[in-house]
Amino acid sequence: MSENNQKEIEKVSIVVSKGSLEGVYPGLIMANGARMEGIEATLFFTFFGLDAIIKNKMDKLKIATVGNPAMHIPTFMGAIPGMSAFATGKMKKEMEKIDIPPVGEFIEMIHDAGGELYACKATVDMFHLSKDDFCPQVDDIISVGQFYEKSAGAQIIFT
Amino acid sequence: METLEIAGKALEVDEDGHLKNMTDWNEDIAKEIAKAEGIEELTNRHWAVINFMRKEFQEKGDAPSIRRLTKESGVPTKELYSLFPKGPAKKSAKIAGLPKPKGCI
Repeated sequence: MSENNQKEIEKVSIVVSKGSLEGVYPGLIMANGARMEGIEATLFFTFFGLDAIIKNKMDKLKIATVGNPAMHIPTFMGAIPGMSAFATGKMKKEMEKIDIPPVGEFIEMIHDAGGELYACKATVDMFHLSKDDFCPQVDDIISVGQFYEKSAGAQIIFT
Repeated sequence: METLEIAGKALEVDEDGHLKNMTDWNEDIAKEIAKAEGIEELTNRHWAVINFMRKEFQEKGDAPSIRRLTKESGVPTKELYSLFPKGPAKKSAKIAGLPKPKGCI
């Protein structure tokens, strides 16, 4: 398949470190896309990225309308109450049109497709969380050392 | 133009090895392609996916996303991956005589 004798990617480890809607989706899309291509995929959620696998937060992620120059609106407008909810609602509608599922459903899809999901131990300790706070698709809470062990032979992608 | 000998016929294929003309396709050809992809026997569940893929393609001009495939073919994600290891959307499209799906999901 590859013309230049490059080895095909067989495994990816994707780190999701941000908790905004636009911070979480790229990692999920890449993980799901990897499984669709027959590539092994591991997701590691750290810092605010953990929101994507916390039961009562995962489907309430919002777009950052402040501090996000790509919104192309003045900062003070981004700060108006309801602005983030409005932008989030619009983007979710567009995503639904192209069949990008809500976070919870997406996580379930990736898990059912054989992707592995892990929560970062340091963050779990820092935020005083436990396994019960996470959706059932989360395989384990692991340290960064274990993450590297599980990532043996993988391409690591930080988002 | 590349051709491939499938089920005793020389058929045109694209750069991904998918059939160029979906009208060339029939069930024997599907079985042959499946074998070449490592699927020895096509079960009823395989056919449910293959037929859904063909129907969707005929109606919409592209293969369905893995999400729609999961939701509407009646075959859940886990089973899809066990029926078509190494990529259900891509593999089932190939066996169904369709081009590689274009979507990201």
